[in-house]
Amino acid sequence: MSDVAVRGAVVRYGQRTALDGVDLDVGSGEMVAILGPSGCGKSTLLRAIAGLVPLDAGSVRIDGEDMAGVPTHRRRVGLMFADHALFPHLDVAGNVGFGLRIAGWDRQRLNRRVGEMLELVGLADRADSAVQELSRGQQQRVALARTLAPEPRLVMLDEPMSSLDRVLRRELNRTVSAALEQAGATALLVTHDRDEAFAMSGRVGVMRSGRIEQIDTAERLLATPANGWVADFLADPSA
Amino acid sequence: MRSGALRLGAFAVPAGFLLLFFAYPVLTLIATAFAGEGSLGQAWSALGTGRVAGVIGFTLWQALLSTLLTVLVALPGAWVLGRFRFRGRALIEALSVVAFVMPTVVVATAIGATLADDGPLAWLLPAGSDRGLGAILAAHVYFNLAVVLRMVGSYWSQLDRQVEDAAAVLGASPGRTFWTVTLPRLRPAILAAGSIVFLFTFTSFGVVLLLAGPGQATMEVEIQRQALFLFNVPAAAALSVLQIIAVVAILVAQTGLSRRIAAGGGSVASRRRPASRGEGVAVTVFVVAAFAVFAGPPVMVGVRALATADGWGWGNFTALAATDSTTVLSIAPAEAVGNSLLYAVLAALIAVFVGGLMSLALARRGTSVWEGVWLLPLGVSAVTLGLGILLAFDSPPLDWRGSLFMVPVAQALVAIPFVVRALVPALRAISPQILEAAALLGASPRQVLRHVELPLVGRAGLVALGFSLAVSLGEFGATVFVARGDRPTVPVAIYRLLGTPGSSNQGQAMALAAVLIVLTAAVVLATDRWRLPGERHV
Repeated sequence: MSDVAVRGAVVRYGQRTALDGVDLDVGSGEMVAILGPSGCGKSTLLRAIAGLVPLDAGSVRIDGEDMAGVPTHRRRVGLMFADHALFPHLDVAGNVGFGLRIAGWDRQRLNRRVGEMLELVGLADRADSAVQELSRGQQQRVALARTLAPEPRLVMLDEPMSSLDRVLRRELNRTVSAALEQAGATALLVTHDRDEAFAMSGRVGVMRSGRIEQIDTAERLLATPANGWVADFLADPSA
Repeated sequence: MRSGALRLGAFAVPAGFLLLFFAYPVLTLIATAFAGEGSLGQAWSALGTGRVAGVIGFTLWQALLSTLLTVLVALPGAWVLGRFRFRGRALIEALSVVAFVMPTVVVATAIGATLADDGPLAWLLPAGSDRGLGAILAAHVYFNLAVVLRMVGSYWSQLDRQVEDAAAVLGASPGRTFWTVTLPRLRPAILAAGSIVFLFTFTSFGVVLLLAGPGQATMEVEIQRQALFLFNVPAAAALSVLQIIAVVAILVAQTGLSRRIAAGGGSVASRRRPASRGEGVAVTVFVVAAFAVFAGPPVMVGVRALATADGWGWGNFTALAATDSTTVLSIAPAEAVGNSLLYAVLAALIAVFVGGLMSLALARRGTSVWEGVWLLPLGVSAVTLGLGILLAFDSPPLDWRGSLFMVPVAQALVAIPFVVRALVPALRAISPQILEAAALLGASPRQVLRHVELPLVGRAGLVALGFSLAVSLGEFGATVFVARGDRPTVPVAIYRLLGTPGSSNQGQAMALAAVLIVLTAAVVLATDRWRLPGERHV
């Protein structure tokens, strides 16, 4: 379990500023959601913490260690991508075990861990399936198992439910919450769905145009929104 | 029943053309190899088993090395082309295509001069190394870079970048990510491109003829040597049959590999500007290296063409206009330019007409058996075609020796594959619903063809025409068999001039080569510019 501290993070893509001075703290074992309309920079925030995009200013610290200059593959964070990004040339077990193989786990321990993870997401019988054969919901669970398997210091979820229908969402929300809780993971979730953010997290940050406008618990956000935009956005999540 | 007539025509014209100018010559080759006094066994013993084994061995060995080397050299470039947006990419892609259709005789000459003991890059081949093989490999890499760059590059651009990100997040270093994630996903594209390069280098003729060291020969070169210098036609025919069998085998394997790559392509292009300093450096290095590599041989030819006995000047070019008794040609070299242009225009028209009808038949049927039958002529080598035509049409009632249209026909046969490969994907990309909609609106099949299909493939047709022109201009393997002695094309003239000592011969060969480079580049760059902006991936 680890804590994350982002200070004054700025990311520019050419002329466009995707992150415009973001501060964020996620405590050890805490689950925080970032809520905002599409294009507000919330996915960029996750990619910056993972080291997939370089910061133009500011810092990211994990367990107090400055991540500047630490490449993605040495940060030991997990990121579940919006469209899963499963390895198309590997089967289900191969996908879930990838991070463990990289970390050099021996075969026996690796197989046991993969089995546990598949059990956790309810896919124990699909270990040998090709990932293309799975439904969207099943692919999503493989992505979750793959992310959690190496026990990352921070689990990040980028629009985890965006590709699923309502019924599946409710069911998977429960799976994800349970899995994260069981793993005791520090987690950061990004979504444009208000209900999803409120359901899964303790604190929710509301993001707009590269800035976090307000971050607090769901009740306090609804009771005392920091400004008119936040109030409107929370009132009408489809806006 | 207009639609029936249309379909019959689209089928009968190319079928008739291929029966007469492909099947009949090939059957003649087989008959010659097996029949009469030159039975296969005798042909074999005339060749000598050791010699045949040596030739086959060298053919395979150089093709394998060429393919591996081309893939290795092109892979970093394919990464840059597939993953990044940068200035100059359109020009580099155009240059790579120009390189691909450059006349073999010209490039072989240039690379031979560059790597020769007194050439600027002689140090690349250390003393004691096999200079002939080294030069052959360099030339083959030059020609085929475009195949790997384009096929693997465009496949790479369609691979979801997030999958690599996912590997990095899971702890895989960049090198590990490349080996465990990127390379396995690229495999179909690399195999498909590699098999095409293998086919091209397996049937390489001009390059090997001009650059091979003593005793080195591919099957193509050996066929030509047996037929034109040793007058052992049965032996040449026997080797041709062997060559056809090998090519068909490669072609079958290659069609299977290409089909897999078509199924594996994704949708979203994932090119972006270089983000880190390392990526910026990589892109810059690639741009500089690509310009240097692609421009190298043409520059070398230009320099040699401008070097005359009395310093720099246009002497070699002005000499092209005169009938020079000190050269081996019986005509003014400039006349060869006229011959080449005339032949190439005729050949391109035939190729686009026949190849276009073939493509229509292929795109509509599209079953694998038919595709196999149609594709058969596409891989058979130029030298085999040339020899087959030479043998098939030398006696009544089909005595067309010296007939002017044999050269355009032979060149068209070489160009048709390129037409088919350009047009079939364009035709298949037209959704059947569009054609059905046109029919529902009252368009007859003929009107659908005219008002819907032709306009939609028009651009691809233009590209096919340009390619056919360029390929015909530089065609050497088949032309050298069927061109009349008094009407040489430019590549044939260059070959004859190079084969004769004397500085005026060498100088004029270089000047002719320079003219041919300019013509070829102009044709390709013109068709490239005619493409719609949307057709070129940015």
